[in-house]
Amino acid sequence: MSEIFGVPVQALMGQLMLGLVNGSFYAMLSLGLAVIFGMLNIINFAHGALYMMGAMFAWMGLNYFGIGYWWSLLLAPLGVGLVGILIERSMLRWLYKLDHLYGLLLTFGLALIIEGLFRDQYGVSGQPYSIPEELTGAFNLGFMFLPKYRAWVILASLTVCFATWYVIEKTPLGAYLRAATENPQLTQAFGINVPLMVMLTYGFGVALAGFAGVLAAPALQVSPLMGSNLIIVVFAVVVIGGMGSILGSIVTGLGLGIVEGLTKVFYPEASATVVFVIMAIVLLLRPAGLFGREK
Amino acid sequence: MNGVAEYLRVTDLHAFYGESHILHGMDFRVNRGECVTLLGRNGAGRTTTLKAILGLTGRRTGSVMLNGREVISWPAHRIAHLGVGYCPEERGIYASLSAEENLMLPPQVASGGMAVDEIYAMFPNLGERRKSQGSRLSGGEQQMLAMARILRTGAQLLLLDEISEGLAPVIVQKLGEVIRRLKEKGFTIILVEQNFRFAAPLADRMYIVEHGRIAAEIGKDEVEQKQTLLNEYLGV
Ligand SMILES: Nc1ncnc2c1ncn2[C@@H]1O[C@H](COP(=O)(O)OP(=O)(O)OP(=O)(O)O)[C@@H](O)[C@H]1O
Ligand SMILES: [Mg+2]
Repeated sequence: MSEIFGVPVQALMGQLMLGLVNGSFYAMLSLGLAVIFGMLNIINFAHGALYMMGAMFAWMGLNYFGIGYWWSLLLAPLGVGLVGILIERSMLRWLYKLDHLYGLLLTFGLALIIEGLFRDQYGVSGQPYSIPEELTGAFNLGFMFLPKYRAWVILASLTVCFATWYVIEKTPLGAYLRAATENPQLTQAFGINVPLMVMLTYGFGVALAGFAGVLAAPALQVSPLMGSNLIIVVFAVVVIGGMGSILGSIVTGLGLGIVEGLTKVFYPEASATVVFVIMAIVLLLRPAGLFGREK
Repeated sequence: MNGVAEYLRVTDLHAFYGESHILHGMDFRVNRGECVTLLGRNGAGRTTTLKAILGLTGRRTGSVMLNGREVISWPAHRIAHLGVGYCPEERGIYASLSAEENLMLPPQVASGGMAVDEIYAMFPNLGERRKSQGSRLSGGEQQMLAMARILRTGAQLLLLDEISEGLAPVIVQKLGEVIRRLKEKGFTIILVEQNFRFAAPLADRMYIVEHGRIAAEIGKDEVEQKQTLLNEYLGV
């Protein structure tokens, strides 16, 4: 078996794939955060909890109502999106004119409450959620075995991320969104219902997190803590990419997943910290992030 | 359409930004097809008047009748749909949108808006620069674009805030021609201006704004006779 820098190609490719899978989750979550921040000016700390909620909805759907994976992939994000809309209407909209800090504190509190509710019901241990039959097994690529479910996660995430990017950057609806982000008052004066768009944007952003949660359910265990474990890294990704940049958050998410994977191969001791080291360096050299614009 | 009907009537309009009380009972009207200018010194409250009509200030009291409807309590996004187009101070071109996206952004609010070809014929530069990012346009191009994008929507009442400000004389002259053409087409126009020389020949009536109130109204044919009054208010 061939080697690269003394590492078997099999192992290298395996970690690279795993890195891409993690990166897919980072990308979807940081994309949602970027979209929400751009439009609402709120750093959504509840994002991890809503990701967990997506996974829990899938698990609950299966165990209480017999709703399978594919339907969950559609219904759980819708459910999370609705929860998001309720949160926006009842709480967030009072904070838009205040400092970021208030939104951060409120959503942090919400994250604790949501997590607490699920912990109270389900404890902290993970619940298994099996991979749908169509996606069990692996492809034999010759140089490695690629588990089908991992390939699916990467494909689904890339599709969703780039579809989101396309809609925002290339369509009339996206032009409304960009206009409302840049100058909400004027956009309202043109007759565009900005408050409605803000509400739907938050709903969509958290639905993305819910979607990521359902994708994660079979890959990881479903547990009330899965969100808080992930969200810290995702915030580091957002800081590195630059808050509010759409393409930046996608590219940074995937890129950092790969970097993490490679670190696991070449210097495993640093794999848990490499993202934070990169964050520190980026903050020193480019405080606005790799893709962010200085204000 | 009735040629003498009022398009806009503002009565005892007060407006606030937070705690600051900016408009202190504005009273004026604009008839259909008229071009009216609001003149006044810096900080007199002219921009605030336009914003208050559009629902973009803080608290407001009094009355704003648009096309026969009381809109003082309407949310901002509904007002444009009564046929109002807004060209803000500083032009309000979106930097993150291309020139063409800026042009196409405002939704149709009434039928009978100008066709895109007609707009590009009126502002040839915009056609050439349609793919450019909004932030890359020159000041003159931005001003043309800010005007053009509200002509597309079918709006019949145009609120134009300081469109001549900071532009080269040729461009100001070109804008004057555009306003004249729009008047011929039957648009109703409110011109907020500092530039008396620009506004005076275009306006059917002038209002002088001072300290958030109308201080004087001057008809087109009274300009010479009220010259001293004008000098006093505007330092022309
Ligand atoms: N967002 C705001 N918050 C608080 N006060 C404001 C705000 N905008 C304007 N003002 C105040 O309201 C008053 C009127 O301002 P406005 O912009 O309406 O003046 P203007 O007549 O358009 O003058 P110009 O555009 O030449 O400065 C000014 O004293 C200004 O300081
Ligand atoms: Mg002004």
